Formats: sequence, structure tokens, C-alpha cells
Amino acid sequence: MNAYPERVVVTGLGAITPLGDDVASTWAALLAGQSGVRKLTESWADELPVRIAAPATADLASMISSRQLRRMDRCEQLALIAARQAWQDAGAPQVRADRLAVSVGSGVGGLGTTLEAYDTLKEQGWQRLSPFTVPMFMPNGPAAWIGIELGARAGVHAAVSACASSAEAIGYGMHMIRSGRADVVVAGGAEATILPFAIASFAVMRALSVRNDDPERASRPFDKARDGFVLGEGAGMIVLESAGHAARRGAVVHAVAAGVGYSADAYHVAQTAPDGAGSAQAIQRALADAGAQPEQVVHINAHATSTPAGDVAEAMAIQRAIGAPASRITVSATKSMTGHLLGGAGAVESIATICALRQSVAPPTINLEDPDDEIISAGIHVSAKPCEFRTASNPAVALNNSFGFGGHNVTLAFMTP
Amino acid sequence: MAMTEHEIFDGFAATVEEFAEKPASDVTPEADLVEDLDIDSLTMVEIIVSAQDKFGIEIPDADLKDLRTVQDVVDYVQRAQRSSVGA
Repeated sequence: MNAYPERVVVTGLGAITPLGDDVASTWAALLAGQSGVRKLTESWADELPVRIAAPATADLASMISSRQLRRMDRCEQLALIAARQAWQDAGAPQVRADRLAVSVGSGVGGLGTTLEAYDTLKEQGWQRLSPFTVPMFMPNGPAAWIGIELGARAGVHAAVSACASSAEAIGYGMHMIRSGRADVVVAGGAEATILPFAIASFAVMRALSVRNDDPERASRPFDKARDGFVLGEGAGMIVLESAGHAARRGAVVHAVAAGVGYSADAYHVAQTAPDGAGSAQAIQRALADAGAQPEQVVHINAHATSTPAGDVAEAMAIQRAIGAPASRITVSATKSMTGHLLGGAGAVESIATICALRQSVAPPTINLEDPDDEIISAGIHVSAKPCEFRTASNPAVALNNSFGFGGHNVTLAFMTP
Repeated sequence: MAMTEHEIFDGFAATVEEFAEKPASDVTPEADLVEDLDIDSLTMVEIIVSAQDKFGIEIPDADLKDLRTVQDVVDYVQRAQRSSVGA
């Protein structure tokens, strides 16, 4: 049993992703095994070794006023849209301002603004910069905009831990509620870096797939032919709430945010420790924090980005942390469909985890045509098709892993209500 | 370029509508930029830059303190346009 006085539940979900403009369309696309990866048609892509990505195709101009669009980086726009959806999904709860908080992360924040402003400064001088340039590029921008719109005064926080940012932001939000600092926290993350600079920076590391001629099959976690990740963009937000507060207002509870586990690799600034020891610790700590046993785990949304080294390390970490029960758990690598949303990944994938738990179905890992031998020998069960699971345990647990450049490991544990 | 007062007023009203949260109908000659039109300091920068382009004049920071109402702006632009050479 959770030892904390304030149990944390999830009462709202919002997302804008390469697969859809909201949670419903994104989840439907995940179950259907659709790919959000496409060829980049912009001329700047011709100069790059990587010419594929997973953009969010929503028409943002129809969702945000032109005035706001001009004052916000794309990453902030995506974050705000997702937050609005989550807030509405939660029923736009009545909360005292000093009991409402925001915890929203991003890997790099308004990189697009930084690059554009840099050019404007060079070509036209300082007076031509938008006076909103700083609020647009600051990585706390997404969190700030959401906090201002919702009137959140308990605190507005912005975790930065690369690909683990939004998972960490969710964990921080859980702690805020448990420690009594807030009753409701809008938590998640966003990223919008489908830009020549970002693609080039990842490409020179040889971190990205170069399967330019076959975009939809490029992101292939756990498959033998994987050759790197595909850059995606988007935002995911969830509304965390104290169980008592949710019950008193009759809120619909999607899942219990039961546990969070953190660890750090202290190994390499961009590579995960090959034995998965740090990742395994995060998983174990999340289970312990949730007061759950490995036998209760029915599903895992893997971080699995489709890199040769990372996927194997994670498989070993899952085996290490879960043990024998691992063979009965369906692991899903949804980055096979969404690409890698960097700072937005942890949140979007938490939403996928919650949806899976609610419907007792694990989304497919597409492009899994020939599973890597090391994945098989680690005893991990991954499926190229959606896989129903029976939640025999009560309550059942689904885990979401997020591991960031720099060795940041975060595992979130969600439970059936 | 020397515009009529009416042209300047309409042009400025359109700029305010574009950058501030107010419709052009709120932009009356007596409207105070800060008190009535809620123009904050960052929005003011946007408006000034746009006005400089639209009216072909410079508006140095030091002159901003004298621009309290819409009419103040219109008068300023008219004077600046008349005094600029070969604009």
C-alpha cells in the first residue's frame, strides 16, 4: 500500500502528436499501428544526411490566436494546446489558485526561436528582434504560459533532463501533491525541434536513422535492422490530482499515479550504461514507491528509441528489475510510431501507458520484423500487433520508462484505480 | 511621406488591433495606451516598431514617455512625417 497520506490520481489527459491532434486520435492511431514518420519536404532537408522526421501535423493557427502564436515558440504552442485539452478533460476543475501548480518540462525549449532570432540579429540588428524573444526561447516558457493561463500559484516548475524531462516533470508533480503543496498539478512536457540545426546535431552523433527512402519503417525499436531514432515533436499533459480532491468533486479517474523511480547512470553524457543497471534501479524504485510487486505489472511502455545500444540495455534492465514475471508482460515501444519526442516523450508515453491500462491492451511495436537476439534472450515480450492483457492482479500496474541523454532514468508506475 | 491625420489614426488603430488585445473600435483619440488599451511594455515595443515601419519615421525610446494617448501618437507621427526630409 502507498504510504503517503495523499494518493495521486490522473483526472485529465491532453496530447498533440505526430499521430493526432488529441489523445483520442493519437491512441486510435497507436492501436492501429500507424506511423507518424514522413519524408521532410522542406528544401533544407536536402543538405542533411537525415531527411525523415515525425512532425505534429495539427493546424496550430486554428487553435491559438495569431497574437499568441506570434509570442510563443512552437514548443510553447504545442504545450499550451495539450494543457488546455487535459484541463478540459479533467472537467476544468474548481481549484484555489494557491493549490494549483504546473510542472512541465522540455529538453531545449524554444530552440526554433533562438535560431531565428540569431539570424534576425545578424541580418537586421537588435531592434528587429521580437521583444518576446526571451520568453519564447526560455525552456521554462511552456510551463510559464500554462501557469499564467490557469492561474496556478502553488508553483510553476520546469524539469530539464533531455528525453526524461516530461517523465521527471510528472514525478515532480506527484511529489507536490504527496507533500501537500498542491491539490492539482498540470504536468507533462513538449518539444519542437524538427529544425536543420537539431537534425544535424543528432545526425553527426550518428544517433538518427538514415532510412530516408522508407520513412515509415525507419523507427524499429528492438528490431535487428534498427539504425537510430527518428526525431519527432509534440506535447503531452496530464492532470494529477489528490485522490481526496478528485473524489470530492466526483472526477473521473483515469488511473492512479502510484509511483515514480529515479536513478542516474553516472556513465556517459549521451550513452546509456550498457548493462542497464541504472535503468533497472529506476524501475525497481518506481515499483517500491508504488508499493507494488513485479507480479502486478501487466504492461511496460519502453523508452526504446530504436538505437542499437539503447534498446538492448533497456531489455536487460527490465529483465533485471522484473525477473521471471517479465515474460508475461507485453512491452510496447511506441516510438516505433511516434518517433522520439525528446522532452515530450515521457508525457505522451505516460498517456499511452494509461490508455493501455484502461483498455487492457498494449499498443503494437511496429516494424518488429526480426527481433534482436539479445532482446529475445533477455526474456522480453514485444509484439508487432496490439496485445490484450488480462489484469489478473488487483490492482494492476503499468510502467513507463524514460531515459535521457546524461544518464537520467525515470520510471513512472500507473495503477488501475 | 506625409499622411493625413485620418490616415495616421486608421493606420495606428490597425496596428493596435494587431498587437494588443483590443479591437480597433476601442481605439479612440482619448484612449490611454496603458490604462485603457492595456498595452504592456513588451507590446509597446512591438507597436512602436510596427509604427516606425508603417509611417516611415523613427520613434526613439526617449520620446515614448510623452506618448500617453492615441492622439499623442497621431500628433507625433504627423509632426515627424512633416519634418522628415525626402521621406
